[in-house]
Amino acid sequence: MSETSAQPAHVHAPPEGFWRKYVFSLDHKVIGKQYYALALVAVFTGMFLSWLMRIHLVWPAAKIPGLELMSKAGAPGGIMTPEYYLSLLTMHGTLMVFFVLTNAPFAAFGNYFLPIQVGAEDMAFPRFNMMSFWLTFLAWVVLMLAFVIPDGPPIAGWTEYTPLSAIGKDAGPGMQWGASLWGISIAIFCAASLLGALNFIATTLDLRTKGMTLMRMPLCTWAWFITSCIALLAFAVLLPACILLILDRHAGTSFFIPGGLVASDRLQPHSGGSPLLWQHLFWFFGHPEVYIAILPSMGIVSHILTNSMRKPLLSAKVVIYSMMSIGFLSYMVWGHHMFLSGMNPMSALAFSFPTLTITIPATILTLIWLGSLYGANIQINSASLFALGFISMFVSGGVSGFFLAQPSIDIYLHATYFVVGHFHMVMGVASLFGVFTGTYFWFPKMTGRYMNEGLGKLHFWITFIGTYCIFMPFHYLGLVGNIRRYQSFVDDFMAPYIPLHKFITIAALITGAAQFIFLYNLIYSRFWGKPAPENPWNATSLEWSIPSPPPWNNFGDKHPVVYHDPYQYGVKGSGGDFVMQDSPEPVTGNGD
Amino acid sequence: MGKLLGVVLVIIALVSAYPILKNQYPLPEDISTHGHLIDEQLHDTMVEAGISFIGAQLVLAFFVWSFTGRKPGSPLKNLPGGARALVIVAFVIVGMEVLALGAFGQKAWASVYFTPAKADSLQIQAQAEQFAFYFRYAGPDGKFGMIHPEKIDEGNQNYFGLDPENDVAARDDIVSGELVIPVNREIHLMLHGKDVGHSFFVRELRIQQDFVPGLDLSVHFTATKTGKYEIVCTQLCGLGHYNMKAYLNVMSQADYDNWFKQQSAQ
Repeated sequence: MSETSAQPAHVHAPPEGFWRKYVFSLDHKVIGKQYYALALVAVFTGMFLSWLMRIHLVWPAAKIPGLELMSKAGAPGGIMTPEYYLSLLTMHGTLMVFFVLTNAPFAAFGNYFLPIQVGAEDMAFPRFNMMSFWLTFLAWVVLMLAFVIPDGPPIAGWTEYTPLSAIGKDAGPGMQWGASLWGISIAIFCAASLLGALNFIATTLDLRTKGMTLMRMPLCTWAWFITSCIALLAFAVLLPACILLILDRHAGTSFFIPGGLVASDRLQPHSGGSPLLWQHLFWFFGHPEVYIAILPSMGIVSHILTNSMRKPLLSAKVVIYSMMSIGFLSYMVWGHHMFLSGMNPMSALAFSFPTLTITIPATILTLIWLGSLYGANIQINSASLFALGFISMFVSGGVSGFFLAQPSIDIYLHATYFVVGHFHMVMGVASLFGVFTGTYFWFPKMTGRYMNEGLGKLHFWITFIGTYCIFMPFHYLGLVGNIRRYQSFVDDFMAPYIPLHKFITIAALITGAAQFIFLYNLIYSRFWGKPAPENPWNATSLEWSIPSPPPWNNFGDKHPVVYHDPYQYGVKGSGGDFVMQDSPEPVTGNGD
Repeated sequence: MGKLLGVVLVIIALVSAYPILKNQYPLPEDISTHGHLIDEQLHDTMVEAGISFIGAQLVLAFFVWSFTGRKPGSPLKNLPGGARALVIVAFVIVGMEVLALGAFGQKAWASVYFTPAKADSLQIQAQAEQFAFYFRYAGPDGKFGMIHPEKIDEGNQNYFGLDPENDVAARDDIVSGELVIPVNREIHLMLHGKDVGHSFFVRELRIQQDFVPGLDLSVHFTATKTGKYEIVCTQLCGLGHYNMKAYLNVMSQADYDNWFKQQSAQ
């Protein structure tokens, strides 16, 4: 374990010319920024779609200006049709899960900082790295094409349950070509993610610099590494699943379609397939995907919170082992999405138990974060506010998982807004809080400039309170039995809850609007932000030992040598209360 | 600003918990024999989750309040007991919760899924299709006719694809758009999916089960109160999903017998 590669990283020449420098770049830092930019476009698109859905839900007759331009058939006269609502819902979920929650915390930050944090010059396979980004980009283009084809985007939700997604145009609008584009897009995305995951794993294992033992890696690097291992196994299952789906749709196979189906008054020309097979394959990917989204943020928050606290976490080792356990257990729980799917009811118990067990490492992580705050000297800035907000959000989203992990309670809460509230909080918002934490913290390193703190704090307050206003009421709605994925509430049963839905919509509009503060801050600070020194946060890991922004080969011609773990805070160092990883000075004053 | 965050966290915890404590969003009335088990389980989980939620938010608030804006050079401290104590706490407390909920919480699940329907239960077949439910009763002969998918004809109201000309058992089958059942009698509902995935959910019955095309599933339940209740589809099934509804009509045995006679006479 303690052996590290003394070999110099592969040496490549400095990039020359516009295309090699900024477009088809082999530099992991440029690729990281490309991922970030793509995630930014996707997250604003996804958010915009959620605005449209929320507005339509509470004001179904509202004419939304410009909506007709998006789709004439989907919004005649600017009023959304039921099927277009489902199209937007499908695209919102797909964009957010794949192109935001996988790309931003994992691919973007991981690409930029993992090589630097282990002391490498680049990723192990820079060409694969470039390929994985451009394949991801292609996947995004293919998905977005669904908006412009006459058929429109698919209406089967981001889970694309079969046979709805497999039988083609008889299933409804968007299911002829829209669903095919979805399948192709996600298949490409899987291939890209596999390449990325391999690269992360190889880089972590092979390119660590001298002295960088595994246990001396920063917690975010650990998180990216564990996430890569999860991604490698998860996307490797979704990729063939998507291919089988495409074959069912276009090659006449019947992997997911049983015989005797009559849809749109037509006996379907299929037999022998199983809809449950798709669900098993999809969720075998889908549940680990939740951890692909949240683990990097756990790592980022652990890493940055330590810096803000000016003292180490109670135990970085426990954090690492907890993240590993979560990663391991994430493969045994996919069936909890399928308690009511008709699979053997005995297996519900088998899936319920490991699901409840995940609570243990998740609780350990939470207690370590909370317990470490005790006696700290917490520095409040935009980054640490979001890190603290992450803990709050992770707890809130986590406890609702306790309900859904139990099959008996799932009989009632399954497919209600309770589920929507749960996963938005824990996998969506918490994960994005990790991304915001990382952005405010690492921006000076990536650009050489600070982000504006005032705007950052304003962004935090609106986002933090706003997301609670949006997603906490979702749980209440779930308790009264509000079903998800309905484009309107056509009965009296829901009438008393329309005001609550209106409150949620207004909160969503305000919280969404606050994200433009972030976007403005990002763009403004990139060009006109206050210049930042090399190590503005008095941080210890290797990225802070090199200039901001880092040169193309990270460490110049040197190979850093690492002497300490990355959490030497609250000690007597020559530069202050910290000792950097590559500083040979002995550490004193670290009582515990 | 750290102090402000502490205050906001306390407010968030209390405001979030208030509607639950005041029971402002109650579950619909339970009208089934097994539902109270689910409700009790949900209630117990709410207590445990609620304590964890409020406890964690308040501890976070208190620490953020106490340990931000300290004077430079304030001594750093570590939580007594350190990581080891926290790991033990997590294992013992959460482990016990997991075991308790995992083990004792299966009673409700078992009552729905691990006990077979009684032999004298009333068998009804439910068919889900885009975007309607149909229910079929065996008729006076007590036998269901065979389903022939190629004979399904919505125009002729042959929703199930029955073949009364050649199939004697099918001739007296009753097909209804409403699920009419007698009160206090066990119903054995057999689910048949015609086109894509759907789900059968009656909130008051505490029964939810997917229709999976190609896989004939069943659930059984006993309703304890007469009245009309909404049946909704909870599995995204296409453009009319939001509007895919039917009604459960729970009648007294006498009313049910009358209804059944009337339907058979048609």
